[in-house]
Order: sequence, then structure tokens, then C-alpha cells
Amino acid sequence: MKLMLTCKQASQIISQSLDNPLSWQDRLRLKFHLFICDACTRFNQQLHLLNTVIKRIIKTTESDNTIQLNSEAKARITQAIESSSH
Amino acid sequence: MTNNANDWLNEHGDYLYRFALARLRDPHQAEDAVQETMLAAIKNNSFEGESSARTWLTGILKHKIIDLQRKLIREQPISDLVDLDASETSMDDFFDKSGHWLEKPQFLEMPENALQQKQFLSILNTCLDKLPAKLSAIFMMRDVHESDNENICKELNITATNAWVMLYRARMGLRKCLEIHWIAG
Repeated sequence: MKLMLTCKQASQIISQSLDNPLSWQDRLRLKFHLFICDACTRFNQQLHLLNTVIKRIIKTTESDNTIQLNSEAKARITQAIESSSH
Repeated sequence: MTNNANDWLNEHGDYLYRFALARLRDPHQAEDAVQETMLAAIKNNSFEGESSARTWLTGILKHKIIDLQRKLIREQPISDLVDLDASETSMDDFFDKSGHWLEKPQFLEMPENALQQKQFLSILNTCLDKLPAKLSAIFMMRDVHESDNENICKELNITATNAWVMLYRARMGLRKCLEIHWIAG
């Protein structure tokens, strides 16, 4: 097994790690690379920040009572409901 | 049935709209998703009253949102979608021939308070709009809707490799764009 990754390879594995569990080989290679590489460590942080912030923003948007369907939109939907029953 | 639907709209319409807007980003699409949800709710009224009406409606809405996202991605030419060679080349923008970063990633500050989150969101939206539509859509599907990869591949009829290449490109583009535009505080 080749232990050394290039930054390009490491960045691809980091992205994959957000979607699927890594193989033990990839985990090991990535751990080793991050130990010696500040740039990829930062990239790893960037992706995790993106992920965390988006989840938080979604929660905030969902509970933001100032965001509402405006009355025209409501009227359009009511209209669609009416005509679907005929 | 129609009466029910009007009640649902009055009681849960705004919530459903916020739920959709957070994931689709576009007010018109969010409105469409709410409308589709109401019509589907009337058509196959399987609401048992075991769960709350809101939970039931949200479940329908989730499917409508995925439908809309899938449409967005499918509207792109399919050759675009599977053009792995092209995506491989465009990644060279970030790395030199030996696989080193051309520009080292910068520190991104976590938006802490509500105001910073608002700023971050508006920058993120700008950055998402700069990506090819299919990339922002697949990113929204995965990272926002938390649809798992297997489902994304099934929905879009693409291979796992294509899915991860697209997600990788989306994330690379986004974090670069955030580096340029996101300065906390």
C-alpha cells in the first residue's frame, strides 16, 4: 500500500469522507497526510465548516417566523386547491 | 377534503414554505413545492392522525423538493453530467502537476451570531449561483437535504463515481468562493 498521498488525492478523499465511511487504508493515508500537511488540514476544516454552517442556517430559516408565504402566493395555492376538487 | 387542505395551508403553509425555501433557495420554487404538497395531500389522503398533520405534510414536501432538484439536474445536458475527463481537467485549476495546492486553503471563520449567519447565507447563495446549476443542485441534495449517495445516484441515474466527482467539484468551488467573499465580522 502506498502511504503517501498528494494534496490533490488527499482533498478527494476528504470530500469522500463526508459522504461515505472511508476504507481503513484511506483513513490511515489521510491521517498521515493531515499530520504533515497544514494546507489539507485547513481544507478539511473548510469542508466541515461548510457542512456545519449549512445545517445551522437551515434550522434558523425553518424557525424564522418572519418568512411567510405572501398573500398572493396563498391565494394562488387556495385557487389551485379549489380547482383540483372539481 | 378541500376544507382540510385550506386548514392545512393556514396552519402549516408558512412553515412548509420556510422548509422548502431553506432547501430550494428560490421563492417561486418553494411556493410551487408547497402547492404540489397540498394537491398531493388532497389526492391521496393517507393521513391517519397518528402523526401530526405537520409531520405528514413535511414528509410529502420532502419528496416534492427532491423532485424539483432532480428536474434541475436532469435539465442539464446528460453529456455534461458524465463528462469525467472535463471535470478532471478543471480540477487542475487548484493543483499543480505534482498534485500540490496552487493556492493554499485559507482559514474560514465560523459565523457565530444571527447577523453573521445572514451574511454568510447571502454569500453562500451567491457562490452557489456561480456554480454550474447541476453542481449546486447536487450539493443541495447531498449536503442540505441529506439525501444519501445511493439515493442520489438512483434518482439521477448516475454512477457513484459521477456523484462524488460532482460533489467534489461543487465543494471545491464553494470553499474557494467563500475564501474570497466571506470575511466574518
